Amino acid sequence: MVCDVCKTNQTTVFLTQIVEGKMQKVNLCESCSKEKGVTDPLSFALVDLLPGLGAEQEVEKGAPVQRCPSCGFTQADFKKTGRLGCPVCYDTFAEGLSGLLKAMHRKTAHVGKIPARLKRTIELGVRMKQLKRDLDKAVSDENYETAAQLRDQLRELEQTP
Amino acid sequence: MKISSLFSSSGEWARNDGPHHQIVISSRVRLARNLRGHPFPGWAKKNDRLQILELIKPQVEALPEMDDALSSYLQELTALEKQVLVERHLISREHAAKGAGSAVVVNKKQTLSIMINEEDHLRMQVLRPGLQLRNAFKALDKVDTALETKLDYAFHPQLGYLTACPTNVGTGMRASAMVHLPGLVLSDQINQVIQAINKIGLAVRGLYGEGTEAMGNLFQISNQITLGEPEEDIISQLNNIIEKIIENEGNARQNLLQKKPGTLLDNIGRAFGILSHAYAITSKEALNLLSFLKLGVDLGFFPPERQAEIDDFFVITQPAHLQSNASQPKLSPEERDALRAEIIRERLKVFPNPNTSKVVIPKPPTEETHHE
Repeated sequence: MVCDVCKTNQTTVFLTQIVEGKMQKVNLCESCSKEKGVTDPLSFALVDLLPGLGAEQEVEKGAPVQRCPSCGFTQADFKKTGRLGCPVCYDTFAEGLSGLLKAMHRKTAHVGKIPARLKRTIELGVRMKQLKRDLDKAVSDENYETAAQLRDQLRELEQTP
Repeated sequence: MKISSLFSSSGEWARNDGPHHQIVISSRVRLARNLRGHPFPGWAKKNDRLQILELIKPQVEALPEMDDALSSYLQELTALEKQVLVERHLISREHAAKGAGSAVVVNKKQTLSIMINEEDHLRMQVLRPGLQLRNAFKALDKVDTALETKLDYAFHPQLGYLTACPTNVGTGMRASAMVHLPGLVLSDQINQVIQAINKIGLAVRGLYGEGTEAMGNLFQISNQITLGEPEEDIISQLNNIIEKIIENEGNARQNLLQKKPGTLLDNIGRAFGILSHAYAITSKEALNLLSFLKLGVDLGFFPPERQAEIDDFFVITQPAHLQSNASQPKLSPEERDALRAEIIRERLKVFPNPNTSKVVIPKPPTEETHHE
């Protein structure tokens, strides 16, 4: 398992923290855990460690503050409240959230209820994605007959209103 | 419907006649939903919140389930009324702290409650007596399906329903059961059970949810994960675990009856004695003692028809319920404790003494342990 922060070194510190009654898990290597001061559990919060959501990290890198284009929410706000600003925040902070969501829920894709009015569009999207993957594979395998069939299917789907 | 008429009767969910009602007090399912294109309530400016509220409230009121419902802006409710709603589990403690820009709609039977602009734009919940998680989910799903045709929900193709807190994203669903586990507590097995429940990703909490203490041997067990599992699977898993806990609690009670009848009788007898004769009692002490009285009914020490009365005690002895039934305007905590004791004392006067004739207390072992 590699470190969640540097993504290169082997994990040696497995950290579990309860924040507002929710369990969060982070895996760190020796050097990143020291750098983040993980040895002192009172001095840091997990959200600081997760890339994209840690306000401190952004400051360290000198990167511009990431701000949600829809509601003006920043990572620092998330750090303060543990809540997001608006639905668009999930795309704005997608990179940082994916690790957090995985730690919270173990999985990262919704498989439950879909509002009826979106159901067709979403299912169509999933089907088209799969067809495109199959098409790319057929082409790289030089399986042109299959590729032609898949291309026709895709076109048909694209034309459905 | 006026709040006074809502308060005059206890909720149908509190009648405690559902399946497995001796151990499972109530089942609850809640869904979190938000509107697309609007900031979440915690980040929204007051004007945004008022706008969102006016979009949602008429649609909620128009639901057939909400015929003759209580529908109220939070600023219209007094602190006491809000607290009564909290004690009936119809609004959260967080929602009770809200003012203008938030609202609550509760159906006549007090089984469906919808909070507007709590942490999310919509927090809807169905409460049912006993173990009825599947029924509760079905009823709530129907309400949700009706609302989604009128309201434009924030839904992400990959992440599902989007919520202010990432811990709720996906299904936005939290299902929970309130269980009464005196047997597991008395036999010191409760911590083991809680650890096992936690291990499989479920949460165990106290009477009023997150961050509250377990009182009266009452525990709330709920799912934690909301992303990556379909609603039906989450409900099934929780249901299976609750059934296991019912079995464990039943076994623990039987075991106590056989192996430690003295301890059991002592606890129930003392509870009855203190509750019958106390002149001041805190809500925590009352809950803890009432728990043993309830256990006494379950085990046949009191006639079964007394159960409804005891269940009623759990609600009416809570601070806000006491105050709202009191003639005096603002009771001090000491006055509340006295009034609580008085109400319980009066009602227990007509109670028969615990009938323990069916319980055989084994004589202390003599032959095996006796050595010359």
